[in-house]
Amino acid sequence: MVTSELKKAMFHGMLRLRRVEERIAILYREQQMRCPTHLYIGQEAVAVGACAALRKTDYLFGTYRGHGIYLAQGGNLNSMMAELYGKKTGSTRGKGGSMQLIAPEVGLLCTSALVGGTIPMSVGAALSAQLRKTDQVSMVVFGDGGTEEGVFHESLNFSALKHLPVIFICENNFYAVYTPFSKRQGVDNINDRAKVYGMPGVRVDGNSVMEVHGAVAEAVDRARRGGGPSLIECRTYRWLEHVGPNDDPYRPDTELKQWKSRCPLAQFQKLLLDERLLTESDISRMISGIDREIEESVRFAKESPFPGPEELAVGVYAS
Amino acid sequence: MRIRTYCQAINEALHEAMARDDKTFIMGEGVDDPKVIFGSTAGLQEKFGVERVFDIPLSENGMTGVLMGAALAGMRPIMTHQRIDFTMYAMDQIVNHAAKRCFASGGVQSVPMTIRAIVGRGWGQGPQHSQSLQSLFAHIPGLKVVMPATAYDAKGLLIASIFDNNPVLFIEYRRLYEETGDVPEGYYTVPLGKGIVRSEGRDVTVVAISYMAPETLKILPALASAGIRVEVIDPRTLKPLDETLILDSVRKTGRLVVVDTAWRTCGMAAEISALAAERCFPSLKAPIRRVTLPDIPTPTTQALEKIYYPGPLDIARAVCEVMGMDGPAIDKVSEHIRLDAPAPAAAPQFVGPF
Repeated sequence: MVTSELKKAMFHGMLRLRRVEERIAILYREQQMRCPTHLYIGQEAVAVGACAALRKTDYLFGTYRGHGIYLAQGGNLNSMMAELYGKKTGSTRGKGGSMQLIAPEVGLLCTSALVGGTIPMSVGAALSAQLRKTDQVSMVVFGDGGTEEGVFHESLNFSALKHLPVIFICENNFYAVYTPFSKRQGVDNINDRAKVYGMPGVRVDGNSVMEVHGAVAEAVDRARRGGGPSLIECRTYRWLEHVGPNDDPYRPDTELKQWKSRCPLAQFQKLLLDERLLTESDISRMISGIDREIEESVRFAKESPFPGPEELAVGVYAS
Repeated sequence: MRIRTYCQAINEALHEAMARDDKTFIMGEGVDDPKVIFGSTAGLQEKFGVERVFDIPLSENGMTGVLMGAALAGMRPIMTHQRIDFTMYAMDQIVNHAAKRCFASGGVQSVPMTIRAIVGRGWGQGPQHSQSLQSLFAHIPGLKVVMPATAYDAKGLLIASIFDNNPVLFIEYRRLYEETGDVPEGYYTVPLGKGIVRSEGRDVTVVAISYMAPETLKILPALASAGIRVEVIDPRTLKPLDETLILDSVRKTGRLVVVDTAWRTCGMAAEISALAAERCFPSLKAPIRRVTLPDIPTPTTQALEKIYYPGPLDIARAVCEVMGMDGPAIDKVSEHIRLDAPAPAAAPQFVGPF
């Protein structure tokens, strides 16, 4: 049962993601955020729905399109914005950039610029929970391209073998950069891959935060109770180009139009208005609060110092 | 003296580390099979249980990611490969991910994990079972690379590697497994990044890596009888390299021979030669010489294997050459070595298959 409070919180989370990314898209054109940045607009329901099922003491892993899970799991907005500007106050002191955001304080241990790279790490974190006999779970979010990497299959096999508490979330947005899914996989059955390794696999509408959350919450609960791993395919769509702030001119217009008509945020907003959980003025208040927070983070980022030359060699090795 | 083999020393190190810290665990293909990694993981599962010592699927890259994820979540895991060649499957996780994590996290995270990898040699191990790949890893910032040459160091360095907070490639040389030496009981460490002078001398510095260190020690009597006093340095850790130890020695002797178990091009021997050329060129009295494998994959047949690997004679020849000795003098040293240390073409402990 999803409480009204959680619904409102998830709506706020999605709205916040949308506005953060829209603001970044505008600021990116100033050429001051000098790192590859993969915006999340259109996919908000996945990160918000999934992370709402996690605790801050759980483990989370993701990809270079990581702003969504970073913020949804509770990563600090100022640190993220400063990271995009390459500042010393960034989440990784300017060393990792947008593609390598982390927030270990809320469980986000690694995101990676390399496709599939964090999938087996999530299994390792789950293994650590099993060895230490805690009830933590480990979640990893990856794209449809990630399922083409060997480590995806290796990770499913090993986590099923050991009944590890992992939730594999495939955020299927149907493109790897400019290459459509149909040119890369012969069968449209990502969720079915779970079966052959002996774990539950479901497909959900990745633009429905309620569906995503429902499926993930069930998988998290199962994992926490020792029921092993699950795979959830969330079908969604990114609105902008693979990287950067621009529209993607290489995909069919009709496709984007169709997905935009099923905007995850607008759909959820309508649902909450219909259920009378929110009013238009609630939403306006949320927007102004979020926008204030964003402007504060931009100011913080722009005013923060760059790392000095003495920072170059810091952190190559741990002491 | 407590004499143990190199293999027993590794096994003792694993026992010590596992007993000392319950965050350690061991995984690898065959770690609990009947052969227990040539004996090196013997008794561990019996003592520490199947949860902490376990076999894995043949998924080297994925399982290295598992290792890393566990390390990020606070564990101190150990992975074992029967052949270093298998680590090539895992280069993405080792190079792209584990090596970068501390740096890319702004120094916040660490990845305390140890990857044991064994370099095969002999009994026709051939092109895919006997590569000596240390320089690939030593090239990568964020990795540490360790190559013990003695039983004492194998134990102390492995314990130090496991308790180091970085990803460490711990590279063992299969042919050293039966070598014996003094191995103290209990817990002790040999610090990473510190080489050792195996033999003092003032005429030539020989930096000899892994198995090449004992190979070099074999030629010292013959060279001494020719009046050449060789300083043998075993770097023990290749990354970080004990540059000071090497440079101080070269400044003293003015001559350098570097002996590696690996190929020539872009190898550690090239790196150490460049180090000396850059940092103490004025001290050099002769050109630096490298003794390495030729840039050729390992042949399988014993007929070619025995001419493929450089041995004591090749090292002695290089030493004599940097000393400016002429042909007859070198031949005399070589003859002495042939009598002292016959070529170990068929080491008796190697009975196939293995």
